[in-house]
Amino acid sequence: MKIEGKRRIWKDYQKEIAEDRYFYVRSCVRQNFFPGSERTFLRIMKDELNKDVFENAAHTTCSGIGYHSDIVPFETVMTMVARQFALMTESGYENFTTSCITSFGLYTEILETWQHFPDVELRVREHLKKATGREFIVPKNLSHASDVIFKFRKEIANKAKFKLINKHTGKPIQVVEHIGCHYSRMFPSKGVGGAEYPYVLVGMIEDWGGEVIDYPERRHCCGFGFRQYLVQANRGYSLSCSKKKFDSMAPYKPDCILTNCPGCPMFLDRWQYALSEMEGITYGENGQGIPVLTYEELAGMMLGYNPWDLGLQVHQVPVEPLLDKIGIPYNPEQKFLTLDGMSIGKPETPTFLKFY
Amino acid sequence: MECQLGNQKPPLFLNFTEMKKRIIIIGGGIAGMTVAGALPSNEFDIILIEKEILPGGHVAKWDRLFPSRRPAKEVLDFVQKSMAKNVVIKTGSTITTIHRDQNLFTLHLNGEEPIVGDAVVLATGFDLFDARKKEEYGYGIYNNVITSEELEQIFHEGKKLTTSEGKTPQRIGIIHCVGSRDEKVGNLYCSKVCCVTGVKQAIEIKEMLPECEIFSFYMDLRMYDRNFEELYYEAQQKWGINFIRGRLSECAENPGHSLIIKTEDTLTGHPLKMTVDMIILLVGFVPSPETKRIARMLDLQTGQDGFLLSSDEHYNDNSTSVPGVFLTGAVKGPACIVNTIADARATALQIERFLITGISE
Ligand SMILES: Cc1cc2nc3c(=O)[nH]c(=O)nc-3n(C[C@H](O)[C@H](O)[C@H](O)COP(=O)(O)OP(=O)(O)OC[C@H]3O[C@@H](n4cnc5c(N)ncnc54)[C@H](O)[C@@H]3O)c2cc1C
Ligand code: SF4
Repeated sequence: MKIEGKRRIWKDYQKEIAEDRYFYVRSCVRQNFFPGSERTFLRIMKDELNKDVFENAAHTTCSGIGYHSDIVPFETVMTMVARQFALMTESGYENFTTSCITSFGLYTEILETWQHFPDVELRVREHLKKATGREFIVPKNLSHASDVIFKFRKEIANKAKFKLINKHTGKPIQVVEHIGCHYSRMFPSKGVGGAEYPYVLVGMIEDWGGEVIDYPERRHCCGFGFRQYLVQANRGYSLSCSKKKFDSMAPYKPDCILTNCPGCPMFLDRWQYALSEMEGITYGENGQGIPVLTYEELAGMMLGYNPWDLGLQVHQVPVEPLLDKIGIPYNPEQKFLTLDGMSIGKPETPTFLKFY
Repeated sequence: MECQLGNQKPPLFLNFTEMKKRIIIIGGGIAGMTVAGALPSNEFDIILIEKEILPGGHVAKWDRLFPSRRPAKEVLDFVQKSMAKNVVIKTGSTITTIHRDQNLFTLHLNGEEPIVGDAVVLATGFDLFDARKKEEYGYGIYNNVITSEELEQIFHEGKKLTTSEGKTPQRIGIIHCVGSRDEKVGNLYCSKVCCVTGVKQAIEIKEMLPECEIFSFYMDLRMYDRNFEELYYEAQQKWGINFIRGRLSECAENPGHSLIIKTEDTLTGHPLKMTVDMIILLVGFVPSPETKRIARMLDLQTGQDGFLLSSDEHYNDNSTSVPGVFLTGAVKGPACIVNTIADARATALQIERFLITGISE
């Protein structure tokens, strides 16, 4: 592997990411999957970086999952997205930042469509006006929240309490990065680092002290792939996709997997449990799994936030082995307690996957 | 710098009432040298300008030529010897500007006196597709991904083909159409010679490494010329080279630097994943930025593929819309040596007619 080759490609795919004043839109699924992530993003942006991030309560789903499952037509989706732009305009913001990768891909696709077919944009404006009376300006800057964390990765590194270093060996933590397909595969120039060797997560990992693993099935689907999961009969396919990835990365002994999409951490995390129950396979050391993180969770860990405030207790693959390697303290007694000390219930102990 | 091949130096800024007409050939590959050799040097002043230190163009880098596998040097020597002694060859020369004024062309080379001429031949050839642009193939990133150009160099230098770890490769993938027939990189055209080059190189690898398994992944095998099809048969029957109809989708590196390639076998209708020790990318022709720059200065037209356009693709394929400017060889698009030499000879005839009669078409 020639790292200078990758660096050359990374140089070719730089993108403009706004400096401040973000209109932030949440994902419709992430809060169920990884409930601490979006909250952590806001905490980092506001408390650590002093940035202006605004949310509008009237924001709805962009219906991207429906669109990519061939349920919601493009015309409808465009009008819904136009409404989100109208909310941004009404709130006095110009920089649009999405939490979800599918939304980001969809917004990018729509803005590109309008750029090439201005008559489509005019038609959508008309539809929106008729349906809601609203008008909008097109965002000056569109970014995914991982772009924003990438932009401020060095500031986060400066404030960090921990580094991605294995405290027992002194060596960098070995990280597998997995990018959501809708981040840059459709429009490589819209993603930091392009589509084939994206840099957005690599940049965070490197600047926070870790090392990235390049394994053969790096580009393979996480297992979500929309219809391969959403259509129930296809779920075996979803599971085999994830398995293919785990089998391919396991020889490199990754300490964790880092993701920037709602679906990827969900499937890479939950399917490890499913595979352990079905086949008795575990991919980490001594019956452990490979912990799967969102970039907000990892940033929060580096900044020394309490792992349970980050929502790490709802991961199916326990994160404790990674916390131990880095030396991040945690209180096992509080793992399944709410902020005000109530029990959130304890999951059943898996048959094979080591539970903490 | 003046090359040893030419031994006379005429004054470059000329009094044209007393002097012979002058032809300036830009590009010293086989096309440019053949034009120089085919023109009557006693009737014209001929100046050949080559940007590299030595003339020869791409052919100087090739080892043996398809289809017969004769040494490329033989052809190069023939073409070089065909040039008369009084052809002035200026090597290592970069053209800064060129313009036409009242049927005369003035060229400025870096740091030298201007050269004035009555006709200009563009024989600036082609560039090879930069394989790094097919990012998914991992050229420049994975150690064991090389190009057909690099393989020729290995043969040319008489080296043994090894992996980056110095091991003898057991299995090699040859990938066709890299940078050609590919909408994604913006090149729709076929580069014509890479199919047969791939077949030739596969045989040459087999000659060097009889135990090595070779898999060629192609879209179509374009064996268009004499003895090409026979070479393809020989590759299969005598050398056991496997030809699989399918395009490579991506390449990744295994631990230990072998490569995993994903492709499909369109004849059986199955996706295919295979581990190989190295892959060879058959890179295609692309128009060179230098040619485009000169073409802009001369107001020449380019086709959709970016190569230069002649006045008429059928019956005036060497003249251009600018009287006195001629095109020859691969500057007009992919071409093999036979076609390049024939084209260059035709160009010489057309220039001669133009300078004698004033008719450029
Ligand atoms: C991998 C590969 C293998 C091949 N093998 C064979 C084979 O076996 N048999 C066969 O028939 N064909 C083969 N070919 C095709 C062959 O290389 C071409 O037919 C031939 O090179 C065309 O010659 P040319 O002079 O038109 O262009 P080129 O060879 O490209 O020569 C152009 C010359 O112009 C010079 N030049 C460019 N710009 C300027 C400038 N601005 N000023 C001054 N000089 C300039 C260049 O330096 C170069 O010397 C092969 C091609 C490839 C890619
Ligand atoms: S000659 Fe063959 S390899 Fe080259 S572009 Fe044409 S079809 Fe592809």
